[in-house]
Amino acid sequence: MGSDANTRDGEGRRRVFNRLKRMCINSKKMSRLIELKNVSKSFEDTPVLKNINLYIRDKEFVTLLGPSGCGKTTTLRIIGGFEAPDEGDVYFDGKRINDLPPYKRTVNTVFQKYALFPHLNVYENVAFALRLAKRSEKEISVKVKEMLKIVNLEGFEKRSVEKLSGGQQQRVAIARALANDPKVLLLDEPLGALDLKLRKEMQTELKKIQQRMGITFVYVTHDQEEALSMSDTVVVMDNGVIQQIGTPEDIYNEPANAFVADFIGESNILDGIMHADKSVEFAGHTLECVDGGFAKDEPVDVVIRPEDVDMVEVGSVPIHGVVDTVTFKGVHYEIIVDVEGFKWMIQTTDYAAPGTEVGLRILPNEIHVMKKSKYSDLYGDYSTYFDEMDETDAAKDGAGDEN
Amino acid sequence: MKTKSFMARLMAAPHVLWSILFILAPLAFVFYYAFTDKNGAFTLSNIKELGSTSYLDIFTRSLCFALAATVICLIIAFPLAYAISRAKPRSQKICIMLTMLPMWMNFLIRTYSIMAILEDTGFLNTLLAKIGIPPLHIINTGGAVIFGMVYNYLPYMVLPIYTVLSKLDNRLLEASADLGCTPAQTFFKVVMPLSRSGVISGVTMVFVPSISTFYISQKLGGGKFQLIGDVIERQFQSAYNYNLGAAMSLVLMVLILLSLAVMNRYSDEEGGMVA
Repeated sequence: MGSDANTRDGEGRRRVFNRLKRMCINSKKMSRLIELKNVSKSFEDTPVLKNINLYIRDKEFVTLLGPSGCGKTTTLRIIGGFEAPDEGDVYFDGKRINDLPPYKRTVNTVFQKYALFPHLNVYENVAFALRLAKRSEKEISVKVKEMLKIVNLEGFEKRSVEKLSGGQQQRVAIARALANDPKVLLLDEPLGALDLKLRKEMQTELKKIQQRMGITFVYVTHDQEEALSMSDTVVVMDNGVIQQIGTPEDIYNEPANAFVADFIGESNILDGIMHADKSVEFAGHTLECVDGGFAKDEPVDVVIRPEDVDMVEVGSVPIHGVVDTVTFKGVHYEIIVDVEGFKWMIQTTDYAAPGTEVGLRILPNEIHVMKKSKYSDLYGDYSTYFDEMDETDAAKDGAGDEN
Repeated sequence: MKTKSFMARLMAAPHVLWSILFILAPLAFVFYYAFTDKNGAFTLSNIKELGSTSYLDIFTRSLCFALAATVICLIIAFPLAYAISRAKPRSQKICIMLTMLPMWMNFLIRTYSIMAILEDTGFLNTLLAKIGIPPLHIINTGGAVIFGMVYNYLPYMVLPIYTVLSKLDNRLLEASADLGCTPAQTFFKVVMPLSRSGVISGVTMVFVPSISTFYISQKLGGGKFQLIGDVIERQFQSAYNYNLGAAMSLVLMVLILLSLAVMNRYSDEEGGMVA
């Protein structure tokens, strides 16, 4: 290649340029390790995936996030080879793998309820894939030790997997999957059965493992906090459709529609009208914002995050309301404010007694304007909000998410 | 240890009584008769008599037939149970019902109908003649006896294996495939080891009645293939030699216990399958 670069005439230079361009395109293609094209899947006439298009880059931590039944687990199982798509294609490293059985794929899975082999001890569980690959006893022993070290289970080799705690079983499942040197690790709600504290610990550890091993993780969860804190890319799904793909910051700050805004964190979602670029009317007032590109007077959804609202003196800002309830949350107060019948949630370190009137200040860049979607009228204010509801919903999601 | 309350003892009483009446007492009788002569005096001659070649032959034959029947049952039952356990829940119920259906009929009637089917001029040979195949001589052979055992005891092998396999978590099979097992490797490395307990109870439930049966060999073997069960029955029913019969029963029991011990031990050590 070097000789080409030294050619004096323009023809040669153009050739070099073209070749470099091709290489760039190729490397871009290479980085797409897994690609799903127009994938659809139904179970007994119930569609669970509707025309999914998704690519996953090498060494990326991708999270499929959504409520139960949204199709995230099915997507993962299609990548793992446990389900075949009804329509569309799955590519791995540029090759179509629709019909490749799981045992021929260089991906490994950490299953929801671990699926450890009860007849084998910790050592043999981790060594399972290595024995199949007919590695020497010495190699196996070195590898198993290394894997158990990664998941902090040194000295557990002889233990029966049935006598381990949930967290320990989880670690064995991860070690077992990693021992096979997969290019991609698929994780199906791996922390769902663990208690909160352990879950937090494992989140940090998983992220560390992913970075140390330098492999791709595809992670399925219904826990938005987990998704935001661990991922490079978050894929938000609902009803078999991808709602948004982006970095955690993108997803949180620029939700694509009311569903994403509601599912990721807390959101006040209001009906609005876009009068002109950077001018939106909601809650009876026209405010300055930073969004544009809408038709004149187009109806829109306006999303305002609870932590972006400041309580100020009445009269200093156009929007004001009456404090409804106050809940102390440790770091902040969670305050429900009634603004002409619409209940806002705001999170602030300031206290205001129920019944007092407060002004609500929202800065222009904290107003997120979205096009109307089919989700627009489903999520509204916080008039029926209870803390407990969130938790029971999460528990329900965690149990028995088959799709 | 905490002493059991009066209520707990009271509630266990029927079972204890049952065990004494129908297990311990008969066993005591067997022991008594086995070690006494006709006048009730202690003797070892009954046991010694069993050492003669004619009895040894019978014991060997019983053991071989029972082993053959058990192995054949296992070979048929395992794939069958596996197929049933992987079927849809509705088909599973139907298949299990079909497996158990013959057991709703009396054992003697079943064996009689097998006779009618296998006889030289029976149903099977009539059928074969119709399609131009020369008749087969099956009845009154050792094969017919083993066939009778397999037919009669197959459900006892299918059911426990099916029970274990139906509880097998599908995720384990997926995990196995995920880690690189072909379907065949999954079967040998995951399915078989995890169904061991079902296989052991199945083998026990087929082997024990097979080795002690008397009726099947009489009806399907034409009296040519005497098994221990036949001889014991004769001692009590026609020869009225209770002492020799009891001694044989005792030896049979010991033989069964030994076989089971060997099987259990083998399966524990190998971590694999019985038989």
